[in-house]
Order: sequence, then C-alpha cells, then structure tokens
Amino acid sequence: MPWDRNQMAERAAKEIDDGFYVNLGIGIPTLVSNYVPEDYDITLQSENGMLGMGPFPTENEIDADLINAGKQTITELRRTSYFSSSTSFAMIRGGHVDLSILGGMEVSQNGDLANWMVPGKLVKGMGGAMDLVAGVKRIVVVMDHANKKGESKLLKKCSLPLTGAGVVDRVITNLGVFDITPDGLKVVELAPDVTIEEVREKTEATLVE
Amino acid sequence: MAKKVKTDAATALEGLLFDGMTVAAGGFGLCGIPENLIAAIRDSGMKELTVASNNCGVDDFGLGLLLQTRQIKKMISSYVGENDEFMRQYLAGELEIEFNPQGTLAERLRAGGAGIPGFYTKTGVGTLVAEGKEHKEFDGQTYILERGIVADLAIVKAWKGDEQGNLIYRKTAMNFNPDCAMSGKVTIAEVEEIVPLGTLDKQAIHTPGIFVNFIVQGEHEKRIEQRTVRAA
Repeated sequence: MPWDRNQMAERAAKEIDDGFYVNLGIGIPTLVSNYVPEDYDITLQSENGMLGMGPFPTENEIDADLINAGKQTITELRRTSYFSSSTSFAMIRGGHVDLSILGGMEVSQNGDLANWMVPGKLVKGMGGAMDLVAGVKRIVVVMDHANKKGESKLLKKCSLPLTGAGVVDRVITNLGVFDITPDGLKVVELAPDVTIEEVREKTEATLVE
Repeated sequence: MAKKVKTDAATALEGLLFDGMTVAAGGFGLCGIPENLIAAIRDSGMKELTVASNNCGVDDFGLGLLLQTRQIKKMISSYVGENDEFMRQYLAGELEIEFNPQGTLAERLRAGGAGIPGFYTKTGVGTLVAEGKEHKEFDGQTYILERGIVADLAIVKAWKGDEQGNLIYRKTAMNFNPDCAMSGKVTIAEVEEIVPLGTLDKQAIHTPGIFVNFIVQGEHEKRIEQRTVRAA
C-alpha cells in the first residue's frame, strides 16, 4: 500500500538526527514533528524569528505575538529564543540549519525544485522557500508521487518556475524514498507492497536502481 | 516632552508624507504590524506608495487597508496570499508586485540601513528572481547581487520604547521591525508603552534609539490570522 500523509510524515521524521536544527514547511512537513523520537534533542526553527517552536496552544494559552511561519498561533519552550528576520535568514542562508523538509509541486532528476508558482493560477510569492533551499545543509521534499491528473511530479526537467536549481537531496513520496544522484533518481526504499515496476510506470524522471 | 515623543500617529507623520514615497513597514502577517501608523497613512490620502513589507495584511486589516483605498502602487513582498483584493488589483494591472525572497527582503532592509548598497546571496540563483541581476562566483559557487533598500519612511511596531527611541520587541512580533527601523531615512515607532528613560535593560535593547526619529504610544487590536489550538 502506498503511504498516506501521516506515514509519509513518519518516514520523513527518520531524516532528523538527534541534535538537529530543523525547519519544517507547511502541509505534510508540519506533521513530521509528531513522529520525532521523544528522547531526541531537536530544535525547530521558524523563519519569522524563533528557535524552539512548541506545540499549538490551548485556548487560554493563545498569544497574538506568538505565531509560526504559517501564521498559526504556537507556544514557546524553555530553549526558545526570538530574533529579527535578518538574523533568522542569516541562520538559514549561512548554513546553520541542518535540515529543511518542505513540499513540492515538481522535482527534476538533477534536484531542481518548483514549489512556489503556477503562472496565471498561483502567484502568491515564494516566502522563505528560496532562501531555505539555497542555504540549509540538507533539503528533503515530501510530496505525492503524481499530481491530481495522475502525471508524475518527478520529472526529467521542471516545467514550473523554479524555487531552486539542483537543491534537493532526497524526495519522499507516497510510493517511496528517492535520492538525487548524478545519474538520476535512485530508489532508496519502497512503501510496503509497492513494486519497482509500478514506480517505473509512474515516474517520468530517469530512475537508477 | 522629549523631541522624539509624539502624541499620536497622525502628528508623528506630519510633514513626512508625499505621493510616490517608499515606505518600509514591519510585521509578519498581522503579527507586529504598526496598526496606528497604517491607519494614519490611510487617513492622509497619500498615494502612489511603494511599500516594502513581507506581506500585505488581510483585506480589511493591516496594509490591506491601503489596498482598499488604492493608495499602493507597488508592493515589495515575499508572500501576498492572504488578500483577495490584492490578487484582484494585481491581475487587473492596477498594482505592481516585486516578489523578493523573504531572507533577501530582510537583508535588503538591514543592509540599506547599514550603509551596504549591495550584497551577494545564493538565494534565487537559477530562478526568475535572478533575471537581469549581476552574477558573481565566490569559491566556485554562483551568487547574485541584490540592492540595499533605504526607505523614505519606515513604520515599525515595538512592545516598549523610551523617549530616546530605544525599542524592545515581544516574541515573534519582532520579525521585520528591527530591519525596517534601520532602513528608514525617517523611522517612526509605535509602541504599546513608552517607559521611563533608563528602565529598559541597557544590554537587551533590540533597536538602539539612534535608528528611531519619532515614537508614539498607542492601542493595538492585535488580530490573529490563524487561531490554531490543541485540546486542553
């Protein structure tokens, strides 16, 4: 069975090592923090100026001055620090954040990522995504293997405007885990009962096995 | 009363506004926005504004208010997804948008205020953002040149400040405010409380008063965009 959203998030959580500073994108990546081992010492970075993001607040913990990059209310932890946007992106751009897990619309076999714009349809801006993929040490994309029309989102070349060129290290889809290599997309792991034939059929990018 | 302290936002803005000016506005979403200064700019009727701010508020609050009155000609932002009015004006060709990656925008404001007219960043290389910009290689990696922003006016929101303009911010309401404060040729800060001189922790001042020309105390609605809770 291909993985569902929660299973993809659970698999993505395995990319996080003990001691990591991690930035999680909106959508499926937000679910990742639910699956990090309890005894791991992880710090979540929020690009709007916070290290040490806590869980969502209870009704009476809500604080209008305390939100994440998705503009949702959150809480702080003992380890929390607050800082300006320029300092936040100094951390990101300067290679101090260990891992960024984000969503994708298209990923090419050489690691190009498109996830911010669909010309004529979705023109809302890139937010912090371009800085994240340019600066963070390791980039893992979590996305469905195919779009709503059933077309492969893993391509030889992206058709949509890029967020970054050659930036992706690993892709986790509902069908499995794939690494970007000089020869193409390398199959690292398949979801339970998913066959390599099915993956070949559903992937436009060149696969290396 | 000390020279920097003004009684209200409109008074603070007196003589500073002109059509076509560039305004740097602090805030991330609706968090840490200079609510009173935005309302005063709306009331002034000043138009053809270029506004540098990470977002554009929502349709009926924050910078979205200046969209409603058609006072903004151009936005320099990283994300404008929360306004339907924004999309409507943009698609109708009534509004220009220059998308800047969030980190590039933050650094442009900081650098402009810090006397750094240009800087190189890897952000955006190989994308639409890099078109027309100077590329340069450092240690085998390609970077693009981005310009510092010096705004005619910067409007920021802080938690507390004193009569010398020293400011401290609260939690994630800090965001772009310190960088905007540096960027303005003139900077006005609105605070929740003006505190007696000497009572702010001198070692923990986020924006030293040299960057602040005027300070105004005000009331703030502090709207929440995405009220997200967990069960108790």
